Amino acid sequence: MIDLDDIDRAILRALGADGSLNAKQVGEAVGLSQPAAWRRIRRLEEAGVIRGRRLVLDRAKLGFGVTVFVGVRLAVRGRLDLEAFERAVTAIPEVQVVQHVLGVFDYRLRVVARDLPDFERILRRRIMTLPGVGAVESNVMLSDEKDEGPRA
Amino acid sequence: MHGLDDIDRRILRVMQDDPDLAVADVGRRAGLSAGACARRIDRMERDGVILGWRVEIDRRALGYAVRVFLRITLDKIAPRAFDEFLAAARALPEVESIQTLLGRVDVRMDVGARDLAHYQEIYRTKILALPHIAEIEALMLVSELKSTDRLPL
Repeated sequence: MIDLDDIDRAILRALGADGSLNAKQVGEAVGLSQPAAWRRIRRLEEAGVIRGRRLVLDRAKLGFGVTVFVGVRLAVRGRLDLEAFERAVTAIPEVQVVQHVLGVFDYRLRVVARDLPDFERILRRRIMTLPGVGAVESNVMLSDEKDEGPRA
Repeated sequence: MHGLDDIDRRILRVMQDDPDLAVADVGRRAGLSAGACARRIDRMERDGVILGWRVEIDRRALGYAVRVFLRITLDKIAPRAFDEFLAAARALPEVESIQTLLGRVDVRMDVGARDLAHYQEIYRTKILALPHIAEIEALMLVSELKSTDRLPL
């Protein structure tokens, strides 16, 4: 793990607020020259602090009207079951997030779908049929109230 | 859907796969000239189809080793329970994201903490102080196997 100073944290805050900023704009935001900002951004990327960029699209405008959080509890527990389940679930294109968790569920999924019938199809044909799946609970997202990265 | 055609979708697929690609390269992979590709990207930005870019930051590198997902049921008998809860939760810097849900639980949120002791402190002094909570369930993140915003276009 690399040591971060206040300028690094300021750079991460600036990029966290607007991921489209280039090195020059980041430099302006934190009081560095473009080359100095670029070198620091490169260092943060090489150390894995900045993992990369993601394109953010309007899901609804692209026809994905429904986001569902799905909690999955496995019926059988064994290393092979876990691996088979994980391999299969991460391969489903509508499943954007797969997290192994501790608590009332074993896995937490975020699934995008065109509408509720489309979600039902994904749930029945792709998620309920995964190896080892036991109980499943779905909660449909109504609104995104806050969405920020970690505090730098 | 907002006049998007197959070429627009192809451009978005290329950009989702490789967000750092220059416009000319996006165009080449989508089979377009740089100018034609830039015009389409501009239009999709103007129409709000492309919202921007998000930089992915490693929480652990920032010292946040613990991440907990809270699933909260609110006491809906109180008339403004949702609004008051959300306003108070939004103001907490430790709460990274909040979504309202339709299902068994009403709200879910992500909480980041440096370690378990720090999490416990946040939970006791800040989360439990939020108004109108009827029930809380916590899931602690062990590992993230997949995390993408990619849409299956």
